[in-house]
Amino acid sequence: MNAADAAEPLLEMRNVSKYFGNVTALKEVSTTIAAGQVTCVLGDNGAGKSTFIKILSGVHAYDEGQVFVGGRLVRLSSPREARAIGIATVFQDLATVPLMSVWRNFFLGSEPTVGWGPFRRFDVGTAKRVVREELGKMGIDVRDPDQPVGTLSGGERQAVAIARAVYFGAKVLILDEPTSALGVKQAGVVLRYVVAAAERGVGVIFITHNPHHAFPVGDRFMILKRGRTLTDKPKDEITRDEIVRAMSGGAELDQLAHELGDRTAVERGSPA
Amino acid sequence: MAVDTSTPAPTEDERSAQVSIGTRLLQRPEIGALMGAVLVFAFFTLITDQFGSLAGAARWTDFAATLGIMAVAVSMLMIGGEFDLSAGVMVGSSGLVFGFLITELGLNAWLAIPVVLALAAVVGMANGLLVMRTGLPSFIVTLGTFFVLRGANAGVTLLLTGTVRVDGLPAADGFSSAEMVFASTFGAPYNFRVTVLWWILAAAVATWVLTRTRIGNWIYAVGGDANAARNVGVPVAATKIGLFMTTAMAGALVGIMTALRLGSVQANEGVGREFEFIIAAVVGGCLLTGGFGSAVGASIGALIMGMALAGIPFAGWDSNWRFLFLGVILLLAVLVNNAVRKRAEGARR
Repeated sequence: MNAADAAEPLLEMRNVSKYFGNVTALKEVSTTIAAGQVTCVLGDNGAGKSTFIKILSGVHAYDEGQVFVGGRLVRLSSPREARAIGIATVFQDLATVPLMSVWRNFFLGSEPTVGWGPFRRFDVGTAKRVVREELGKMGIDVRDPDQPVGTLSGGERQAVAIARAVYFGAKVLILDEPTSALGVKQAGVVLRYVVAAAERGVGVIFITHNPHHAFPVGDRFMILKRGRTLTDKPKDEITRDEIVRAMSGGAELDQLAHELGDRTAVERGSPA
Repeated sequence: MAVDTSTPAPTEDERSAQVSIGTRLLQRPEIGALMGAVLVFAFFTLITDQFGSLAGAARWTDFAATLGIMAVAVSMLMIGGEFDLSAGVMVGSSGLVFGFLITELGLNAWLAIPVVLALAAVVGMANGLLVMRTGLPSFIVTLGTFFVLRGANAGVTLLLTGTVRVDGLPAADGFSSAEMVFASTFGAPYNFRVTVLWWILAAAVATWVLTRTRIGNWIYAVGGDANAARNVGVPVAATKIGLFMTTAMAGALVGIMTALRLGSVQANEGVGREFEFIIAAVVGGCLLTGGFGSAVGASIGALIMGMALAGIPFAGWDSNWRFLFLGVILLLAVLVNNAVRKRAEGARR
């Protein structure tokens, strides 16, 4: 951890703002992403999480502030550009094609080739071997790399997407709500892969609205609310309850819990 | 609660062994078509004398060959998630343009062939650009192209020749050597058509492209999930436009072959055949929704149709029965494909 602290942060955001017309999507957000750490970005719907990801993944350009990647000031204008400097994003829709095999999906868009001229071909042998190895490193045992990705579970598919990003040289890996569509057990599996990616030296940005998924894996927690940073603290300075309260705005949550508590009490009283 | 008996055993060896040869075969797109082909072959061999002979085989491979060349190209386009309803009429347009070039303009046949292929590529590119730029379904865009070409074929032919056909092709320079390459026969006395060899070549090249090249990977991806493909950096528009161009050029090749074989071209050549190409591809296991299929499957689909087209007259039935036959095998194929797709896509969450 000391080595990572001493080194230049992988990515640094300083007072970044983004406006859509007269709507402020993100206002003066600052943070740093270090190698080998999981930074959790939390917030309710509309808090600015999507805008935050899209600025880093090159979908939107920011309007104010500065973003440094590896100490260099950048202003990304396309996802391709972001990938080229080592920022990979695993979107909610996973970017895998269900009907295609695991190995074909893994190398989609970056296929290794052998041969020359018109005989240049997809190096299938290497592809299958690498898929087995890389998924193995993430702790996934592929039964059969030829099976269609659609037959994998949601967690396994997420893992294939994460392993692919890490293999193709991602230094910063952005995961957009990787656990939101999953059941409790599958979400746990994906959280293990999140940690596995960080242990391989990747700076992981884990976007979620679920503090219970974030807390066990995060090294740093950043909470967004209405486009602003509400909290940005390392793990040893924050508790799970503080995160939950900060996300929903303490007093409001208490009020809500109170109301819901009353309501459920009433409903339980009547036969279903 | 059902007990999940298929839960894999903990050791890797046993799990690998679970993927049986039978399961693997059922995942192949062409397996249904292959069984169908065997059945149709057995049926016509039993009820007619000539069908199973070499002379009979020369006949049904002749029917299947040009259909097969088109089915291979159309199957690649369908795997890429698009349709081309103008593929049939493209055969006629190319034949007509080829005819005009070598008769009216006196061009050497060997010069006319690349010109016709290039013009077809332009039409294919127009189809592809329209589909990609507008985001409209290719079904509608190419239906438009179909009528444009159909009208132009009839209108222009009438203007230039005063009839509904282009005649006198064999008098042109280079005709006989081109005929040798694209429209001759081999294996006398049975006289297999040389188009059969072109068909095999087309299927082999397409299979290699689909299964062993980067572009093949992209074709499956753009048909399976264009958004996901775009997210990982696949050039979606270029891939699809390339497929439209390939299909149009395959149409041109078949058009040239037909013109060389007959020595004349009818203005309505190819109209209505686009459905035969699509049926062959679907019977061969291509999904209408894209992302799944094979060139070998489409070729087997074309073979089934060739066998039916030849077998029905052999059996002494009226040739109109072929439509009923085509309809039935199309429905059967779609039902089988649907089951295969559910199998492949059904996520075990």
